[in-house]
Amino acid sequence: MRKLIFGLFIAVLPALGLAAGSTVPLDSFESDHSDKASLQRGAATFTNYCMGCHSMEYARYKRVAEDLEIPDELYEENLIFTGAKIGELMKNSMNKDMAADWFGAPPPDLTLETRLRGEAWVYSYLRGFYKDESRPLGVNNVVFPNVGMPHVLVDLQGLCAVEPKIGTPASVEPLSGNINNADACPDYAIEGSMSGADFDQAMYDLTNFMSYMADPVKLERERLGIFVLIFVAIFFVFAYLLNREYWKDVH
Amino acid sequence: MSKLLHWVDERLPVIEAWNKHLGKYYAPKNFNIWYFFGSLAMLVLVNQLVTGIWLTMSYNPSAEGAFASVEYIMRDVEWGWLLRYLHSSGASAFFVVVYLHMFRGLMYGSYQKPRELIWIFGMLIYLILMAEAFMGYLLPWGQMSYWGAQVIVNLFGAIPVIGEDLSLWIRGDYLISGITLNRFFALHVVALPIVLLGLVVLHILALHEVGSNNPDGIDIKKNKDENGIPKDGIPFHPYYTVHDLLGVGVFFFIFFIVVFFFPEGGGLFIEKPNFEPANPLKTPDHIAPVWYFTPFYAMLRAVTIDLFGLDAKFWGVVVMGAAIAILFVLPWLDKSPVRSMRYKGWLSRIALAIFVVSFVILGYLGLVPATEGRTMVAQILTVLYFLYFILMPFYTRMEKTKPVPERVTG
Repeated sequence: MRKLIFGLFIAVLPALGLAAGSTVPLDSFESDHSDKASLQRGAATFTNYCMGCHSMEYARYKRVAEDLEIPDELYEENLIFTGAKIGELMKNSMNKDMAADWFGAPPPDLTLETRLRGEAWVYSYLRGFYKDESRPLGVNNVVFPNVGMPHVLVDLQGLCAVEPKIGTPASVEPLSGNINNADACPDYAIEGSMSGADFDQAMYDLTNFMSYMADPVKLERERLGIFVLIFVAIFFVFAYLLNREYWKDVH
Repeated sequence: MSKLLHWVDERLPVIEAWNKHLGKYYAPKNFNIWYFFGSLAMLVLVNQLVTGIWLTMSYNPSAEGAFASVEYIMRDVEWGWLLRYLHSSGASAFFVVVYLHMFRGLMYGSYQKPRELIWIFGMLIYLILMAEAFMGYLLPWGQMSYWGAQVIVNLFGAIPVIGEDLSLWIRGDYLISGITLNRFFALHVVALPIVLLGLVVLHILALHEVGSNNPDGIDIKKNKDENGIPKDGIPFHPYYTVHDLLGVGVFFFIFFIVVFFFPEGGGLFIEKPNFEPANPLKTPDHIAPVWYFTPFYAMLRAVTIDLFGLDAKFWGVVVMGAAIAILFVLPWLDKSPVRSMRYKGWLSRIALAIFVVSFVILGYLGLVPATEGRTMVAQILTVLYFLYFILMPFYTRMEKTKPVPERVTG
């Protein structure tokens, strides 16, 4: 057993010296939790395409319905596939052991994914799939090399034949007026139902929704924060006046 | 009301206590901005206790339920997110104010005779605070909680002969497990807070026995008026109670900006890997302790030489322990006839500046992955850190000090 501990420590030591995170360039991402329409579209995409494998088991359907202003019945009818009641946690019915057999590792819970890896990472990852016959599932990802996940959104995006250019924003050539990198993927092996721009928007909505799920209280927190700071500022003025009054007689 | 007070006072010396510690505790009138941090530390302590009690009501200290219960607090408990962020940001705020408070002590010689015991109680508070923060950080049961604890507890394993058994005894298991979590929870919410409160009482009792130091480092009790009241002293209440309210206002403003707008502190207060539940089979790419431990962590990593047949890791632990232990004997290292930096010579000022810069840079180095160059810088800075103390008896005696004023200045 001592050997096990020692071995574990040895296993940890080199990790101390390794650089943190990937060095892959990412596309920038700015979430907007006040854009309810975007969050609703993201919720629909997540439920339809992601939730079969990925749970969001720290959150409850009801809270999402309330925050996204979706009526309970509508939510239950369209966005709960497991027969769960609306007050329940957002689990799914995939068996973790079987999933580990299929994909090499069970699909992780995604409630906190954007806070774990960052919003820009998730947004870039979702758009980073490309055709790679050397991989068991025929796809690879530029942001997460050799990922075990299939390209679930192939119906929408299509399949990029080459590595998509993530981290290079669209730019206009000043002389010719040509737009470079309007679509991160220059060449598709399979055409999808969405245009490049539409797919980017859908992925924006999806990431935005995941960002909301990771930090559902953000809007409310920042709204309250303003009032708290105003209160403290007013408190300071009175404290200052009180202090001045008392310290008048200290020389 | 006054009858009730009289009734109580005949049975318990409340009026005497009030006068001794507040109403007739004469503090020097020349306190400056550096004197806010003691009372602010007390404020943060209260914040940690109150929010901690409420967090305990919804937290589940088990390996299976801890992570989910923190998310339950964040999502389902009314105002749970606020309690949690106040507590997690409060931990960092505690170290910010305590470090500034300690720096004040170094700058104005507040540890010198007759305040040695105040300093030692303060250092014990700092030590307990580190233990409290370390154990508290395991409780959310995230990846960084788990692996941080794993690395730190394994450090005890570097001690020859007893090391392995000692770390086994601390963990209560061969790995950090639910058993460890349970005992850390007990220590974090019951044992250490009791010790901490006791030490805070001793710190303040010892302070009020000898009286506060001040930026001039002179004894205000030498100049008393006909009533025996120090001429440069003013009653703590109301003068410094209202004065401290200003500090509270400024502190809260900054603190609430963090709590409401940047609760993760850019990954410094809540590290990103902690948004993933602890997984004993998956080591994070880069394990870094929380920022307030990083100077000592950098010193630990800076030691790379095996010595006397013992592993470099062991000597790293020794250096880390010595870096904290040496602070305890500081009162006896300073041989200067004056207390305050205002009247000490250039050598002391340069030494303090080098010390602070070394400590801050070590803090940064402990946060980032080690490279060969960085390790060398850390080694140099570790030596500088110790030289500040080891050379203190010499440079404080050698240098020419300025004459100390009779009465406090501005």
